[in-house]
Amino acid sequence: MAALPERPESWIRVCPEGLFVEPAGIYIDPVRPVDRAVVTHAHADHARPGNRAVLATAETLAIMRQRIGPAAGQTQQAVPYGEVLRLGEVDVALVPAGHVLGSAQVVLTWRGRRVVVSGDYKRRLDPTCAPFEPVPCDLFVSEATFGLPVFRHPPTGHEIAKLVHSLALFPERAHVVGVYALGKCQRLIAELRGAGFDDPIYLHGALVPICAIYESFGVPMGELRPALAATREEMRGRVVLAPPSAIADRWARRLPDPVTAMASGWMRVRQRARQRGIELPLVISDHADWDELTETITELGARQLWVTHGNEEPLVHWARGRGIAAEALALVGFDEGGEGEPPPLAGEEEPPTGDVLPLSAPEDA
Amino acid sequence: MRTFAALLDALVFMPSRNGKIRLMADYFAQVPDPDRGWGLAALTGALSFSAAKPAGVRALVMERVDPVLFGWSHDFVGDLAETVALIWPERPGANREPTLSEVVEALGAAHRGAVLGLLERWLDALDADGRFALIKLITGSLRVGVSARLAKTALAEWGGQDVDAIEEVWHGLTPPYAPLFAWLEGRADRPAVSEGAGFRPLMLANPLEDTDLGALDPVAYNAEWKWDGIRVQVVARGGERRLYSRTGDDIGRAFPDILEVMDFDAVLDGELLVVRDGQVAPFNDLQQRLNRKQVTARMLRDFPAHVRLYDLLFEGPEDLRGMPFGARRERLELWHARVAPRRMDLSPLIPFEGWETLAALRAGAREAAIEGLMLKRADSLYVPGRPKGPWFKWKRGALTLDVVMMYAQRGHGKRSSFYSDYTFGVWREGELVPVGKCYSGFTDEELVRLDRWIRNNTVRRFGPVREVAPGLVLEVAFDSVHRSTRHKSGVAMRFPRVHRIRWDKPAAEADRLEMLERLIVE
Repeated sequence: MAALPERPESWIRVCPEGLFVEPAGIYIDPVRPVDRAVVTHAHADHARPGNRAVLATAETLAIMRQRIGPAAGQTQQAVPYGEVLRLGEVDVALVPAGHVLGSAQVVLTWRGRRVVVSGDYKRRLDPTCAPFEPVPCDLFVSEATFGLPVFRHPPTGHEIAKLVHSLALFPERAHVVGVYALGKCQRLIAELRGAGFDDPIYLHGALVPICAIYESFGVPMGELRPALAATREEMRGRVVLAPPSAIADRWARRLPDPVTAMASGWMRVRQRARQRGIELPLVISDHADWDELTETITELGARQLWVTHGNEEPLVHWARGRGIAAEALALVGFDEGGEGEPPPLAGEEEPPTGDVLPLSAPEDA
Repeated sequence: MRTFAALLDALVFMPSRNGKIRLMADYFAQVPDPDRGWGLAALTGALSFSAAKPAGVRALVMERVDPVLFGWSHDFVGDLAETVALIWPERPGANREPTLSEVVEALGAAHRGAVLGLLERWLDALDADGRFALIKLITGSLRVGVSARLAKTALAEWGGQDVDAIEEVWHGLTPPYAPLFAWLEGRADRPAVSEGAGFRPLMLANPLEDTDLGALDPVAYNAEWKWDGIRVQVVARGGERRLYSRTGDDIGRAFPDILEVMDFDAVLDGELLVVRDGQVAPFNDLQQRLNRKQVTARMLRDFPAHVRLYDLLFEGPEDLRGMPFGARRERLELWHARVAPRRMDLSPLIPFEGWETLAALRAGAREAAIEGLMLKRADSLYVPGRPKGPWFKWKRGALTLDVVMMYAQRGHGKRSSFYSDYTFGVWREGELVPVGKCYSGFTDEELVRLDRWIRNNTVRRFGPVREVAPGLVLEVAFDSVHRSTRHKSGVAMRFPRVHRIRWDKPAAEADRLEMLERLIVE
């Protein structure tokens, strides 16, 4: 009997360059330079420099150009959400993943079979990007950053209220919040604005350009001020956002007696927060928590599941227990190095590289 | 329950004492009676529920969660209570969230078999922080870095009263302390000063500076040895027996051998020691007895506790605190001769002529159990707090050693961007072995310079810790050295702190382990 052409293994496979879709001739989020790449979103471990042709949403391409300049791709093709393109023999569409501005799932249809590659995603509401769109499929390729049942993010409003309460309790102290430059930063700002917080928010220099891109795509940020230009006195009782590497380092010394906060899904585990010397952990994540992961898999009805980057094993165990053919997909190049912040502005901070905990946890969570 | 859970959560992460005080004061201001009273009771360790055990909690969660997933989760999180709190699959809408009072009252009334059922219902109704607080509360280990004294200090700050004023009425009160809150809010008079077995705030001594001595008249002072144990207040009143630490924490449970011999009616001040065959054992031995919930017969036999008395505050109902030290001392000696309690002796007065003879005595005292001298004015009344003048502690000179910095870690709070905590080592056969940690003894300016040196000399990073090249010698001062099985080097130093930074000294000329071993007190 001939191999069934529709079995996903026969047309999608893991190569050293990344996930390769053979009948379309494309790699999804390749980790090495390739001829044709589809990029789900602009985080550094998904959007790497040096590919020839790059297909992504306009938002993702704009952020990539800001971060890596011409290396974002020799030819760049912006595709709106939902538009179906024929690449080789495969129908390809990008649909919202709800992770950060411009983030997309890749929907691949070939010979009547459908595969959805999620990239990174979340299900809860995020005022800065389009919500995750569930697309029923035969094979779902899911991330598993928080693939352990202890990770269940609390309501975002609860965490925002914690920050606002601390500002009231310690009005003489700046509140410096560690955020990832792409996504978490803008979401935290938007959530604060949504909660009625209209004070100016102070930014580390590394966060400014992406906030500007968000605004150019119609996501309002309210009044933002560069922290570098502010006096110590002025920042008392203020919210100051900075990359995680800067919040407890020399950069933060300009701040008046700062309360050190961090917005990340990893803050759910106390020991993680304490190891980093965080005084105010805010459990806010751009990745699906355990309930979102399992509910999404159930909702999509996929009979086959490939699990990538994160805690694959528990999610595979869970899915197999429900009769889903689940595999852990060993994609190299994700997670280990963290989100990979862009290089700092000259003189503003020391390079953050290497100053991460020796944990196997991705840092963009 | 939600506010209490949020308070515990915030306290865990708050490094500074003042920050903790502000968090607790905010809680007392926000939360109504009787919830805040139960919260206060939990913080001061006044609540205990024996019916719920961690094993029961574990059994509950196992009924609901895949054991494989639970195992992976527990490995990742580490703490059982936290794992259960996070993983618990709640049934939304199943129950109304309980208040702290409901939890405390229901647990108090429930018989043993009903506790797990209650717990299950509450776990369903609470969120993850609430579940964590609940489990910590009922299994009796809050571990939020708050002593009873600190909770009372926060209460005092919020209520605009002196903490000792709260301490004086404390023992007459019971949770949830409604009359106490009423007084602090100005709605009622101060509760009656308790006559019972409460803690009486201690009189403390100031360190003696060398420049002080010339101004003091030796005739006016009594001298005693300063014993290397922990200060305790021995309280036996109206059939109740308590042993308090200097901060007012009740440590009696760890010292049944002392409680057992307190068949008298008095309040005494003294030093808790381990004494074997009349010899005071090193502080390390006493440490084996501290902070224990259970004391085994073996511990009682190997580390027998003892109180060396130096003051008498109450004899029967009579308050002696308004009498001069000399008179109290006479009463103490008479009382001790008459009652002759076991496991208690008197700290002898040291006769001396002038400061020179005393200084010579102090310099000659290398005995492990002696930290130095105490000077007490014969006419000093027993005044709570640390009045300047009547009492001095004159510690003997510290030991010093030249060590090499090996690792540096960032501090907390104001020091969170500075490498301020240092692990140091000494040489053994051409290698450095870590022998201790220190994080004090330098100025802010020196810290800036140390921080810069560390950043420029880092060889490896482990998260918040940096390993530095062996190139900086610190002269550390410390009180004593003991054998230790917990340290790789086999020794542990007591109170090491930076005495001087030897920017000038090559690391190779730092001290060797043998040097440290020679200073060990056996």
